[in-house]
Amino acid sequence: MQTRDSIHSPLTVWLTLVVATGITFFAGEFEGSGPAGRWLVVGVLALALFKGSLVALHFMELRHAPAVWRWSVLGWLWVVVLGIAGAYLKGAA
Amino acid sequence: MSRSHSSSSAAALPLPAALQGDIAVWIFLLAELLAFGVFFLAYAFARARNPALFDAAQAGLDRQSGLINTLLLVSSSALVAHAVAVVRRGGSDAARRAAGALLGAIACALGFIVVKGSEYAAHFAAGMELSSSTFSMFYLCLTGFHFFHVVLGLAVLAVLWRQTVAGVYRLGDVNGLESGAAYWHMVDLVWLVLFPLVYLMH
Repeated sequence: MQTRDSIHSPLTVWLTLVVATGITFFAGEFEGSGPAGRWLVVGVLALALFKGSLVALHFMELRHAPAVWRWSVLGWLWVVVLGIAGAYLKGAA
Repeated sequence: MSRSHSSSSAAALPLPAALQGDIAVWIFLLAELLAFGVFFLAYAFARARNPALFDAAQAGLDRQSGLINTLLLVSSSALVAHAVAVVRRGGSDAARRAAGALLGAIACALGFIVVKGSEYAAHFAAGMELSSSTFSMFYLCLTGFHFFHVVLGLAVLAVLWRQTVAGVYRLGDVNGLESGAAYWHMVDLVWLVLFPLVYLMH
């Protein structure tokens, strides 16, 4: 019952993480300034949220866990990344 | 009515709703995440007070090392997840294949330690100290705290590998492997926030 998604999922999740990491790196290489640069950083942080959620839900297998555990980790991720984005935009203002 | 609800949610979730691994380990992981979270937010708000200083210091970091280390950690994490899946699936050569995946994960962890260690060596050769600047204080504490977790994780992976080779983990008895795996994924998860925060955000 669990073999189908447990065998294939690490590979597809890994490939997605590698592609997202590549995009993150190249976005970080740009020396953007003004609103464009700010949105690029917000995009990089959104990708961190996406990648972190993949690790939490698939590698840590929280997608099958009771909601309280799933949302403890995902909630941590959202609070931290949104806090970082807020602090970044405050500093850039 | 409620019966049909429960059967439709069971169809959407092929696995029973359960936490994979020991609950005590998960409580420990949440405490670790909280500590890292406080660190990350402290860094972000300290940077917001002096973005120019942080951006100038960040320009001296090796982003490519950060990229390589991110790839190493996500690959290591994927190999550990694969090892857990293989053991759960069972079969005659499950222990051998899972041990191979764990060896790959250990190699990635060692790679991370070598890359990060050479970054530290370059920083110290250039005269970076905790007291050099607010950035260096945060950078060394934050990445050092994570580095310590990678070293600890390497020891955890070594134990998982040894136990897997010894055939300790079997179909229906993977709790120890899942607990160690959860710790290693946490180290990966934390780095996925640390990398853009410290290396890329400018």
